[in-house]
Amino acid sequence: MIMERYEIRLSGSGGQGLILAGKILAEAAAIYEGRNAVQTQSYGPEARGGASKAEVVISDGEIDYPKAIELDLLLSLTQESCTKYFSDLKDGSILIVDSGLVKDLPEGDYRVYSAPITDIAVNKVGKAVVTNIVALGIVTRISGIVSEESMKKAILARVPKGTEELNMQAFDEGFKVGEELLG
Amino acid sequence: MGKDNFPNVRMMQGNQACAEGALAAGCRFFAGYPITPSSEIAEHLSVALPRAGGKFIQMEDEIAAMGATIGASLTGLKSLTATSGPGFSLKQENIGYACMTEVPCVIINVMRGGPSTGMPTLPAQMDVQQARWGTHGDHSIIVLVAATAQDAYEQTIRAFNLAEKYMTPVILLLDEIVGHTTEKVVIPDASKIELIDRKKPDVPPEEYKPYAETEDLIPVLANFGTGYKYNVTGLCHNETGFPINDNAMIEKLIVRLTKKIVSNRDDIISNRTMSLDDAEIGIFAYGSVARSAQSAVTRCRAEGIKVGLLEPTVLWPFPKDEVLEMAKKVKAIIVPEMNLGQMAREVELASRCEAPILKLGRVDGNPILPDQIVKMVKEVV
Repeated sequence: MIMERYEIRLSGSGGQGLILAGKILAEAAAIYEGRNAVQTQSYGPEARGGASKAEVVISDGEIDYPKAIELDLLLSLTQESCTKYFSDLKDGSILIVDSGLVKDLPEGDYRVYSAPITDIAVNKVGKAVVTNIVALGIVTRISGIVSEESMKKAILARVPKGTEELNMQAFDEGFKVGEELLG
Repeated sequence: MGKDNFPNVRMMQGNQACAEGALAAGCRFFAGYPITPSSEIAEHLSVALPRAGGKFIQMEDEIAAMGATIGASLTGLKSLTATSGPGFSLKQENIGYACMTEVPCVIINVMRGGPSTGMPTLPAQMDVQQARWGTHGDHSIIVLVAATAQDAYEQTIRAFNLAEKYMTPVILLLDEIVGHTTEKVVIPDASKIELIDRKKPDVPPEEYKPYAETEDLIPVLANFGTGYKYNVTGLCHNETGFPINDNAMIEKLIVRLTKKIVSNRDDIISNRTMSLDDAEIGIFAYGSVARSAQSAVTRCRAEGIKVGLLEPTVLWPFPKDEVLEMAKKVKAIIVPEMNLGQMAREVELASRCEAPILKLGRVDGNPILPDQIVKMVKEVV
C-alpha cells in the first residue's frame, strides 16, 4: 500500500530520550525500509526540562513540508506534553500515554492506549534510561508503521556498545505491552 | 550506522550534509567559531576533516575564522567556514577582502532571526540581502540556498565548484529548519561527482602575474609555497597584485570583479519549478519555505486552482529573467519568506509591473505553514 504521509510526535520532557527515539524511528523507515522519513525537533529553552518533542513524518512519496501538522500518532510521556499537543491529533488517530504520568486524558476521536511506560523501564527492564526504547516498542506494535525487524536494526545501529541486550529487552517489553493493549 | 538494505542512503541533518558535501567537494580546511544553529557543521568537520588529512581550526572569533579561511585557500586548499546571523555580520569585512583578492572560499550561513543576537534557535531568512550586500563596496558574489538535506549536500559541492571556477567567495544559505532537519540523503558514487579545481599557472614563476588579464576575466592564482611569489592586498591593485592609484586601472578592476560573475549568469543561475507552465498564480519561494510552497501547490492543484512555483537555488545573481517570464504569465506572484519582504523587493523589481507582488512575511520564529500560502492563493483567486 502506498502511504501518503504519516505524522508522529514523540513528546515528553527533556532527558527522556525522545529526540533519539525520533531519529531511530526515522532511520528504521528510511534506511531499513527504503521509505522517505523526516525528523525534526523543537529546539530551544523548552528542551531543557520543559515540554520536549521530536517529530517524524514518514511517506512513500516526497516529503515537502517537514514538520508535523495533523498527527496520526502522539506519544506523551508527561501530562504537560499531552495537554499541549493533543489538539493536533486528527480524527481516528492514535494517542499513547504513560499511565503513571498522564492522568488527565483528553477526549476526542482517537484511540487511547495507556501503559506505565516509565515504570516498565525502571522495574521490568531495570533502567529508566531505556524508557524511550520501551516506548518505541509500544509505538511499533500499535502503529505498525515500521516492522519489528527494521526497528531492532535501527536501535542496534544507534545505541552505545555494550547496551544492545538491555535495549533489545526494553524494545521487546514495549512490543509485548503493545500487543496486550491491542487485545 | 547500519545501512545494509540501502547502502547509499544516510539519514543526516542538513548541517551534517553540508559537512559531508564539503568533504566530497575536496574541502580540506575549516576555520570557524561555533554558533547556533550552524554548530553541527563545525562539530562534524572537527572529527571528519583530520581523518581526511585536512585541518580544522576553531579560531578566537568569526573575523579571524574568515581570515584563516582565505589564507588557507591561498595555499591551494579548498576552504570553508560556517556561521550564523551575528557571526555572518562579523565576517563581512573579510568576505570583501576575498572578493577583492579573488580568493575562492565557501561561507555557509545557517540563518536565524535577527537583528543582533535575535533568535538563536529559531528559523528565519533575514540574511538574504546581507549575503548580497553585506560587505562594503561594489562587488558581485554568488549566493546559493538549500531546502533539504540532500540539497545541502549537493549545493555545498556546487558552492566549492563555483568558487574555484570564478575565483570568488561563495555563500550558501540554509535556514534553521533545513540545518536541523534529519532526512534521507542519497550519497552519489564519488566518481559521479563533478569537481572543479581552480586554474593553475602555465608560465614559470619569473613570468607569472597573478592578476594578468585573461580572456574569461578570471585570474590565475598560484598556490602559496610553490615558488610563485606575489602580493595580495585589499587595496586596488595592478596585475602584479601591488597597490595602484591609476584611475583607469582601478575602474578596470572594479568592473571586472562584477563582470566576471554577471556575464556568466546563465552558468550560475539554477531554478526548480513546479506546475509553472499553465499557472495563473505564481509563488516565488526558497529554502525551507519552498517546501511549504510545494505542499500548497499540491493542495491548490487538487482543488483545481492553477498555481505554480519558481524556486531558485541561486539567489544571487538574481534570476530576473525567469521572474519576468513568470510575471508575464500570471495574475499575481506571492512571495512567502521568513523576513519582511527582502526577496519580494527583488521580485518586484524584476517583474517590471507585469504582475502584482504579494508579500507573505513571517518573523515570529515559526515556519511559514502550507495553510498560510493556500489561504493567500484563495484570496487572490
